[in-house]
Amino acid sequence: MAHKTERLMNLLIMLLVQRHYVTKDRIRDILYPGASDDAFEKMFERDKEELRSLGVPIDVGGSDPLFGDDYGYRIVQSEFALPDISLSADEAAVVSLATKVWEHARLAEATTDAVRKLTAAGVELDVAALDLVQPRLGADEPAFEVFLEAAQERSEVDFEYQRGTSPAVTRHLQPWGVVRSSGRWYAVGFDTDRGEERVFRLSRVRGEARKVGEPGAYDIPAGTDVRAVAGRLTAPVVETTAVVLVRPGTGHPLRRAASSVEHDVTGPGDGRWDRIVLSRGSVDLAAELLSHGPDVYVEEPPELREQVVGRLDALLAEVDR
Amino acid sequence: MSRPAPRTAQRTAQKTAQRTAQTAKDQVARLLALVPYLHARGQVRLDAAAADLGVAPQQLVKDLKVLFLCGLPGGYPDDLIDVDIDALEDPEGDRVIRVSNADYLSRPLRLTPTEATAVIVALRALRGGAVSEETREVVDRALAKLEQAAAAGAATTPLVDPGEAPEAGLVELRSRLQRAVEERRQVRLVYYVPARDEESERVVDPHALSDHAGATYLDAWCHVAEAPRWFRLDRIRSAEVLEAHTTTEPEAARDLADGLFSRGEDLTLVTLDLAHEAYWVTEYYPVEAVRPGADGRYEVDLLVADERWLTRLLLRLAPHARVVAPAPYAAALHDRAARARDLYGRSTAGGGRPLRGE
Repeated sequence: MAHKTERLMNLLIMLLVQRHYVTKDRIRDILYPGASDDAFEKMFERDKEELRSLGVPIDVGGSDPLFGDDYGYRIVQSEFALPDISLSADEAAVVSLATKVWEHARLAEATTDAVRKLTAAGVELDVAALDLVQPRLGADEPAFEVFLEAAQERSEVDFEYQRGTSPAVTRHLQPWGVVRSSGRWYAVGFDTDRGEERVFRLSRVRGEARKVGEPGAYDIPAGTDVRAVAGRLTAPVVETTAVVLVRPGTGHPLRRAASSVEHDVTGPGDGRWDRIVLSRGSVDLAAELLSHGPDVYVEEPPELREQVVGRLDALLAEVDR
Repeated sequence: MSRPAPRTAQRTAQKTAQRTAQTAKDQVARLLALVPYLHARGQVRLDAAAADLGVAPQQLVKDLKVLFLCGLPGGYPDDLIDVDIDALEDPEGDRVIRVSNADYLSRPLRLTPTEATAVIVALRALRGGAVSEETREVVDRALAKLEQAAAAGAATTPLVDPGEAPEAGLVELRSRLQRAVEERRQVRLVYYVPARDEESERVVDPHALSDHAGATYLDAWCHVAEAPRWFRLDRIRSAEVLEAHTTTEPEAARDLADGLFSRGEDLTLVTLDLAHEAYWVTEYYPVEAVRPGADGRYEVDLLVADERWLTRLLLRLAPHARVVAPAPYAAALHDRAARARDLYGRSTAGGGRPLRGE
């Protein structure tokens, strides 16, 4: 291994310190002496690939790609090196905390590597000034990594997707990104079968998702905000002001959200009520009120009241079936 | 801090093992991080550098011995990177790393797209954990610099959104409970129990905080129940950190996913008939079985600890769910629904308030 490391390092240094493109012949003479044509081609290809996978940008070019003597390889220092972003002590402290966020082996490792690069210049850390609780980002969905990589490379993805107990269906997506909501990951992108933007819950992907075709196969529409797309495709939050009666000692979450409470009022049936005014955004306020059963009575608005009564009638008809 | 799920810890361990199983590529990556690190600091003691870089000291010596063989293509001694190997290997050596003639490697390598994504998304998540405005501002500054660093390379701006930031109140509560865990102080909680629609007060010994499915939980010993309990932070109405110290020891790490849906309690197997609109229930709660029924409906078996919890859930789902068995559960739902419906009288035409006793 030491020998190969030495060769990779020397190739990197050779291409980095040259002002001009280094020809393949010269590289072969110096770093691969004695290798057969075949062995050299194989080793050189693999070495370039390994350096590139570490993030080393190897540039190919020269004045005349067909006949020129200077057609070859180089590494441009400004593309090779991390820009000098000089973090202050408190910023460096925040960046160092980032290593503890991911509960996903590959991304945790990538964060550690990134932080090592970012703090290589040896900045002081000032953690004391920070007041924050450490968040954790897990990603248990096996498909997470494939969709993330595909969105980065802009590769299309084929996968089996299953909703409910119906059979899994093969879907094709051009992923734009991944979004987390309530602890679950979703892929957002352009569904090439439906010809529309779509959101897929990654826990519903069956088997292995596969990248297909070449990277760079599509463009992500300029200004795409993956969270906004995901939001557009899920149930909208409706802002409602409602007046409801609540039995004393019940409906605690509603009382918490109330903008006003009037105690000890009369209402339907025997006993007393509290009248509360709720003003809140909800995907389904009727459902929330229904869950309280006879402890809650809707006064206003009429649409909400009709919704609640309609759903109770439908439930009772269903149960009496 | 919350404990990582055992599975995650295991995976990380495997990954670390793979990593120490050496490849030349990994060694190159370490060397490209090592040189800028040393360049910025001048001379560093071997053990200090090993700790900073997360590498074993023996490995670091091996890496340096390879670095000693690398350099400019001329092949003359002056072209090679100079490393004082004697200082590290000689019994009399001072174990200080000295590297020279490697200025062209003094800048760290730019971030790969995966590294840029991983660190930027982690910082976006950290932003949601900032308790004070000042801290949020520090995170924003760091984030802006990292986004700039990523944009300067070939790395694309990561299209990853780590999710809605938690409410400010919850972040503050979490930070307070975290401190109570660390200082081992008891906490007086007012806690909302949805199944009973009831707020109750209790003193607990807080042991740990843990995340599951987008919610944060406090693992604590409850002095009222005299048993360990999980408390969901968004149901804690108030938490007063007391002077008194905890009197119980944290137990071995409990797996939250198992703990939340404990099978130790008295459970009843309930069979539900769900329409498509209520199907999400099977993804939200652990269910025993799902069978496709007629007309695109589903029959679902669920273990239920508290009948009141189930009735509230089914009322919320109205009219898309009903109880197939057992009969008393079906009767309880019918009774609650009928009593709620009775409040509105025969008709709701006009939407006004019905007369009393109608």
